Amino acid sequence: MLPKKLLCSPIAFFLAFFIAIIGISFVPAQVSEINAQKSKSDSLTGNAFCIQCHGNIYYGLKNPETGKIHRKMMSINGRIDPTVFKKSNHRSFQCTNCHSIEFKKFPHSEKALLEEIGSCIDCHSGDSIAEKYKFDLIDEDFQKSVHATKHSENFTCWMCHEAHSYKVNATTVEYDNSMCLSCHANANKYNLILNKSNPNIIEKHEWLPNQQAHLQNVRCIECHARVNDSILVAHNIQPKAKAVKLCVECHSTNSLLKQTLYKYQSRVQISRNGYFNAAILNKSYVIGANRNYYLNVASVVILLIVIGGIAIHIILRTTLKK
Amino acid sequence: MAQKIYYYPVWIRIWHATNALMFLLLIITGLSMQYGLFKIRFDYAVSIHNVSGIVLSVCYLYYFMANFITGNLKYYRIKFKGFFKRLWVQFVYYTVGIFKNQMPPFPLTIKRKFNPLQKFTYVSVMYIIVPLIIISGYAMLFPEIIYEKVLGIPGIVLTDLVHVCTGFIGSIFMIIHIYFCTIGSKPAANFKSLVNGYHQTE
Repeated sequence: MLPKKLLCSPIAFFLAFFIAIIGISFVPAQVSEINAQKSKSDSLTGNAFCIQCHGNIYYGLKNPETGKIHRKMMSINGRIDPTVFKKSNHRSFQCTNCHSIEFKKFPHSEKALLEEIGSCIDCHSGDSIAEKYKFDLIDEDFQKSVHATKHSENFTCWMCHEAHSYKVNATTVEYDNSMCLSCHANANKYNLILNKSNPNIIEKHEWLPNQQAHLQNVRCIECHARVNDSILVAHNIQPKAKAVKLCVECHSTNSLLKQTLYKYQSRVQISRNGYFNAAILNKSYVIGANRNYYLNVASVVILLIVIGGIAIHIILRTTLKK
Repeated sequence: MAQKIYYYPVWIRIWHATNALMFLLLIITGLSMQYGLFKIRFDYAVSIHNVSGIVLSVCYLYYFMANFITGNLKYYRIKFKGFFKRLWVQFVYYTVGIFKNQMPPFPLTIKRKFNPLQKFTYVSVMYIIVPLIIISGYAMLFPEIIYEKVLGIPGIVLTDLVHVCTGFIGSIFMIIHIYFCTIGSKPAANFKSLVNGYHQTE
């Protein structure tokens, strides 16, 4: 037996504290996580309640009969990255603004899981805040697209636009194309709509010269969507037979890209300095479309001087030389 | 006294003809791609331009090496002392003297194949402009090797600028070069020498 004096000493207190800390650390992580979730879930409100499972890779599911908590993996489609969501346009929303209130019950009911989620225009139609994006016209354009006509109601806005991460102005080529590739280069998601294998994008575009440069620098919709002057981004995706295949559609001064990829910049540039292709010239290189106005003028002037000089020389040679 | 000098051996004539043909194809397809002239299908224009460019670069390599091997390079050597004065004299001859039936200030001989103005333009074109066209052309053929940004400007735009400008200078040279070929003992004399290799002095 240790003397009472030693047990009451500060050394004993520190030792006990140290052993307790080590002990707590060795409690299995899974149990602590699930217990933490369980105890928290009762007190969590709003999005935090949903995010505690959907924001994680794993979630705990309690067996009501045995009381055992089963650790499950969250499906990739049900996973929401809270940091991305916090930066998205919809960050101020409650999950239940769009999803059924039924989801507040856990485990979720079948009714909740089969809910019909509204589309963009259910909120944005006639929305004065987002008026400049012209959601109604976008929807009209989309309804004409092969996505809408071929796949009917199975194809919603959410197939391309991920509502939890969507951020306006993030329209880089890579961001835009990733929407298309999320289905067209992903057999699992592609098969949600069509029961056949998805075509190989690289093989299908084998005919494109400088394939890598094209695929990296232009959006799929440049060739696969019909231009709509009323909206900034065309949503009328065309059947593959109607895709742009003529090089000069883009590789010319009147480049199609000005009406698509560089539409916004072109409008700004034209209104600012009247220089038609400045946007394309500044942003990227497109043979035939990247014409420099001043170089064009200089080259024509030089050419005229040379031809004029030669003409005068010929005249003088033939008239003066004997 | 007029005499015939064998200036253009077979290797030069083969090189010159191939070079001229490729240059012509490059100008036509280049204008077609950039300005939509001649109504050539864009993808055909690109392919012809690429192939002609590669042939031209092989041609250039052949010319560059053969010039060393055969000693033809000596005709391109510039003596800097008084060079600009000689250049001016030749320029005055072409713009004034030629109309007064004056004799060329630097008549061509066995040792002097080019007059100072020819020497200056040929050296500038063959040793500055054409290499720049070829280098920028290959860079455009393999755009992934180009720096993404140079001083904040996309590298590919700068490369294009170099290619288009040097291509334009080359085209202007070609127009003047062809016209000056008509200034010989007879207007067609220099064209004949491109076929038979003999130059007829005035």
